[in-house]
Amino acid sequence: MRKLTAVILLMIIAAGTAYVLAEIPFGSTQTKIGDYFNKNGVEETGAVNIVTSVVVNYRGLDTLGEITVLLTAAIGLGMVLDSSGKRKDVVKREPASLIVYTGCRFLFPVIMLTGFYIFIHGHLTPGGGFQGGAIAASGFLLMYLGCSGKRINTRVSTVTEVLGGIIFIGIGLAGLILGHDFLFNFLPKGEPNTLFSSGIIPLIYVAVGFKVGSELAGIIDNLMETGE
Amino acid sequence: MNIINDYIYYFGAFSLIFIGLYIVLVKKNLIKVIIGLSILDTGINLFLITVGYKKGGTAPIFSEPGLQASEMVDPVPQAMVLTAIVIGVAVLALALSLSVRLYKHYGTLNLRKIKELKW
Amino acid sequence: MEIIVIIIVLLMIISAVAASIFKDLMNAVIASCIVSLIAAILFFLLHAPDVAMAEAAIGAALVTGVFVIAVKKTKRFEE
Repeated sequence: MRKLTAVILLMIIAAGTAYVLAEIPFGSTQTKIGDYFNKNGVEETGAVNIVTSVVVNYRGLDTLGEITVLLTAAIGLGMVLDSSGKRKDVVKREPASLIVYTGCRFLFPVIMLTGFYIFIHGHLTPGGGFQGGAIAASGFLLMYLGCSGKRINTRVSTVTEVLGGIIFIGIGLAGLILGHDFLFNFLPKGEPNTLFSSGIIPLIYVAVGFKVGSELAGIIDNLMETGE
Repeated sequence: MNIINDYIYYFGAFSLIFIGLYIVLVKKNLIKVIIGLSILDTGINLFLITVGYKKGGTAPIFSEPGLQASEMVDPVPQAMVLTAIVIGVAVLALALSLSVRLYKHYGTLNLRKIKELKW
Repeated sequence: MEIIVIIIVLLMIISAVAASIFKDLMNAVIASCIVSLIAAILFFLLHAPDVAMAEAAIGAALVTGVFVIAVKKTKRFEE
């Protein structure tokens, strides 16, 4: 009975959606604001990656809100589970074989280096803070799965995460102190397509990359080591 | 045949949304409901990127000095979807931690039984 | 070229239906990982490289890892 009701309801919504979507052709003309960002993006910000300049410079407040949501989720997860590591009956995990152990220890710095490269060059190539931070966090996941018994240092991870957030807000407030708006691009813009260009965009993305990477690694640590 | 070529992306995105909605409405196990939520998220992001496509366009990066701004796809939906993916993963991690805690307290993950076991 | 896109989208829909039908929760989690990976391929075909990288790194690696850890701490088979 429940399945039949759900299927009928979804069929009605599908028919309505198909009727509306027949008016929007695929690949039609783009919006006026997309046109404006494409034409004037390189001169006004200095970054050749237009998506990066939209995320950090034109809509910087949305990125600040997103970091806040991620922080709230990590705090909620840490409060609900207890990960002190004390178990009533210690379950002995079988350690991995020697090849897997050595391979994981060899691959871990390479994965971290790839993550750092991606978020440092966020304004030149496709990439940025969120992608690089996620790749660095998946390196930590590999260490948890392959070499049992190693944990991340919670004090270093907390300090990294806090410093990342403080640097982001500090750069925004520096724009306010110098007489312009919050998150104003006050550093010189330089030449496009070089590493040291486009004002505050690389600095913000480095701070965001460190913060997101250590936050996701902390989420994995809390879930893995929760008590019985 | 031309109609199928034009609307295949819309069809894929909307069928993912409807399959995700069906799983959330009908299934009984809590972890399966959360899997349905993840599929629903992916469908919505795919639909947003499809709306911003332009025929004959290319990615919005000025890597060489000879590219024109009039033949690039729309960059604004891509920035919004980047934010949406990260928020989706934050919601999923919190939901899974709550379900692990529920299992420790009630001993079962069946939604019909949890509603009957008051306190 | 259009035939390849149609086949890829049909594969994604079949995996999503399979994630709804399986009774073993590990199999359902792997089917949802396949849906994320094929969505990353479709993002690349729509000329959006930033979004494709984000979906591949977050959706296919981290979400699947978190799901597998959660299934290991609760029951494996759906009743």
